[in-house]
Amino acid sequence: MNRFWSILFFLVPLLGTGTFLMAAWGMAPFQGAWLPENYSVAGKTIDHLFYLLCWISALIFIGTGIVIGWVLWRYDHRRQQRAHYFSHNFKLEMVWTIIPAIILVFIAFYQMNAWAETKMIRPTIMQNGQAVTKPPMVLVMAKRFGWEFHYAGPDGLIETADDDYIENELVLPIDTDIVLQLETRDVIHSFFVPQLRVKQDIVPGMKQFMWFRATSTAEMEIACTELCGWGHYTMQGRLRLVTPTDYQAWLAERRQRQTPPMNPEQEETGTDQAKPE
Amino acid sequence: MSDMSTQLETASKGRSGNPILRFLGSYVFSTDHKIIGLQFLFSSLIWFAIGGMLALAIRWQLAFPWSDMPIFGPTLFASEGGQIPGVFYNMLFTMHATIMIFFVIIPILSGAFGNYLIPLMIGAEDMAFPRLNMFSYWFMWPAFACMIGSFFMPGFGPTAGWTSYPTLSLITGDAQNLWILGLIFVGISSMIGSINYMTTILQMRAPGMRMFRMPMTVWALFITAILQAFALPVLTAALFMQLSDRILATGFFAPEAILVNDTTSISGGGEPLLWQHLFWFYSHPAVYIMILPAMGMVSDMLSCFARKPLFGYRPMVYSLTAIAGLGFVVWGHHMFVSGMNRILAISFMVSTMLIALPSGIKVFNWLGTLWGGRLYLTTPMLFSIGFVSMFIIGGLSGIVMAAPPVDIQIHDTYFIVAHFHYVLFGASVLGVMGAIYFWYPKMFGRMMNETMGKIHFVLTFIFLNGTFFPMHFLGARGFPRRYADPYRFEEFQDLLPLNQFITLCAFLMGAAQLIFLVNFFGSLFWGRKAGRNPWNANSLEWSAPSPPPHGNFDFQPYVYRGPYEYSHPGREDDHWPQVESAEAPDSQEIPSPTA
Ligand code: HEM
Ligand SMILES: [Cu+2]
Ligand SMILES: [Cu+2]
Repeated sequence: MNRFWSILFFLVPLLGTGTFLMAAWGMAPFQGAWLPENYSVAGKTIDHLFYLLCWISALIFIGTGIVIGWVLWRYDHRRQQRAHYFSHNFKLEMVWTIIPAIILVFIAFYQMNAWAETKMIRPTIMQNGQAVTKPPMVLVMAKRFGWEFHYAGPDGLIETADDDYIENELVLPIDTDIVLQLETRDVIHSFFVPQLRVKQDIVPGMKQFMWFRATSTAEMEIACTELCGWGHYTMQGRLRLVTPTDYQAWLAERRQRQTPPMNPEQEETGTDQAKPE
Repeated sequence: MSDMSTQLETASKGRSGNPILRFLGSYVFSTDHKIIGLQFLFSSLIWFAIGGMLALAIRWQLAFPWSDMPIFGPTLFASEGGQIPGVFYNMLFTMHATIMIFFVIIPILSGAFGNYLIPLMIGAEDMAFPRLNMFSYWFMWPAFACMIGSFFMPGFGPTAGWTSYPTLSLITGDAQNLWILGLIFVGISSMIGSINYMTTILQMRAPGMRMFRMPMTVWALFITAILQAFALPVLTAALFMQLSDRILATGFFAPEAILVNDTTSISGGGEPLLWQHLFWFYSHPAVYIMILPAMGMVSDMLSCFARKPLFGYRPMVYSLTAIAGLGFVVWGHHMFVSGMNRILAISFMVSTMLIALPSGIKVFNWLGTLWGGRLYLTTPMLFSIGFVSMFIIGGLSGIVMAAPPVDIQIHDTYFIVAHFHYVLFGASVLGVMGAIYFWYPKMFGRMMNETMGKIHFVLTFIFLNGTFFPMHFLGARGFPRRYADPYRFEEFQDLLPLNQFITLCAFLMGAAQLIFLVNFFGSLFWGRKAGRNPWNANSLEWSAPSPPPHGNFDFQPYVYRGPYEYSHPGREDDHWPQVESAEAPDSQEIPSPTA
């Protein structure tokens, strides 16, 4: 019977890592149950970190699993006349303190940059020979239960009277540093696009900024990931990533419908329209 | 049942008169730590059943969204045609989590096992403050009333999640007030309990019971009590602030007057993130409150059934202490993307990496305890090994989430759900079940059935993994938690079959608990009689009669050695109870032979 238990416990890491690999390779029945396709530059780093942590975990998982399986196999009371009487082993304990400590410190430092880039160092633009933080391109206004996307009007600035706003559809250019300013009209929401590996909670009374650079055109969904009430699951937005030229065309078309017709100077992608904060 | 009646007699010895009063005195308003422990045990098990049903209802909705709910649907939601409305789903996960955390795991670990075991394991007659102890149980009842009452409030009940973040929690229905009151009462109960445990452990140990001769169970309960005493006041303050925001419009957590749906308004001047800091300042230590006692009990069971000294007793104690201390400075890992200062996130990441270290050391020490042992794979032993095996998964996924860039993707998805169910169900609940099988003979004087126990274990173990492991994949994909209907999103539609598989496993896991139920109650009557020490264990409680009478010991316990002297080379017997005289050095004091 101890063989049965030994195998059962050893199956945990075996099936665990096995199914992980199946999911990562998209094998049935786990096809699609893995990181979705990535469309952002920072997403590559995040995926890399995720895989790295998975591999480290898998090694520890299998290692400890082998020990549990072996111990149950070998040290059953029917095979073992008497337990070995020992209660510590200084060298061994040092090893299993120091090696994990090194791994953890490595992990801690290894991913600091990725965090800094995705959340701390905002893209800059040159203005009068000086690098200044890039102004937001779209104001994302979350509310129960939907999204408003405010694009700059003819004045090229968001949060002004001439803003052009669209419900639940966000159009953005690829290959451009995109900065979004996020605010909420009521409770906490969270802006999440799995394919871009971006997520940011939006807190009442605060302005949040989020930035990323998309790599190829696609359409995807925007989800709210902070509980906001009965319709939380209905807070669905659409994101269309288009080429910068298509983006210009789309903007122009939007503005066509607005009066007065805008100054072509300001009709830029918005990317280089600097405004000191 | 005769054991119960002897217990009744012994418990009420010295009191006479009206039998009803006597019954009330010995079972209801008892000051005996064992009876109070059993009261906590039974009420937690009842709440466990309720919380489990809520979980199955959640799973039902995720597998068959908006389909008619069986049994409950037609009666509860006749107006909606048997369907559950979205806000009802929010109630389900809010109440499931609240019940499991505050009414099952915390009270069963600290309340039931803490009460039952501490005096017995340190050789005391009772707790330091028996009457206070009784109050600690009776403060649970107003909390029970609040929770049950909140189900019947308009709007189905509390719906803001167990984390109850403002400003949502300021505008949900009045049931939220009852939710807050309920948690305040639970807090008072735990606070009273923790003061009692600390005093008892520090002051009431039997002669010879040095701190470093205490079993890990007692150490863990001691450190848990300290955690509770320091963390609970913060939660209590935060809960009062939220209550006054809701009732008096004080606006501690609301930045500006907010109109929601043009109806509700709350006044401003506050800060929503303040709640999150206060809440997690309590709730991260709380996750350790929910596992340290289980770690302690598992350490004792592993050593007993490996017939071997616990590997690294002192490092185990130190790592418990380190976990408890560091546990106070990691709360920000729940808030990486909350809008909190983004530089601060890095320091929380570093402290979280640090706390993984003592957790890892504990795992290695458990494996070291098994290595070279003479293993008896009894039901409690299987649950204990299951605990270790599942805790490894939960700890590893913890490290994955502790990396803030990765957490961006998986925060508030099913990955988080997978993580905390591995640590809370996989580890804590398996540990608790092992502990019930282990101490049942002490509590009731009879053994539980081993065959049924093993079947219960194997089914629970298989289906728990079937339920929670695939959730990691869902989370990586971005599948959000707390969604009544994720399949409105095109991108999540193909995940329906996997969710149905999870639901199937969850229902089978629920069904497996019926075996436990039958075993538990059946063994009260038909279980094999247990002597004082059915497992040949060392710690003090096994030297007392089963069940122990009022006052616990029928002799004056004197403690000669630590609790882990199994298979001592100088002795034929493979165990050496702490109370047995004849001097011999502690295993901790002999030089280490190389293993
Ligand atoms: C190695 C040790 C651990 C590490 C590194 C760790 C790390 C984390 C992190 C980073 C999160 C936040 C994830 C997010 O929301 O994005 C988290 C959530 C959580 N952890 Fe752990 N954890 C550990 C052990 C535990 C233990 C032992 C328990 C309980 C017994 C636990 C219970 C929870 C719970 C309940 C949550 C989710 C709370 C919620 O959002 O509702 N964790 N953990
Ligand atoms: Cu939402
Ligand atoms: Cu935490």
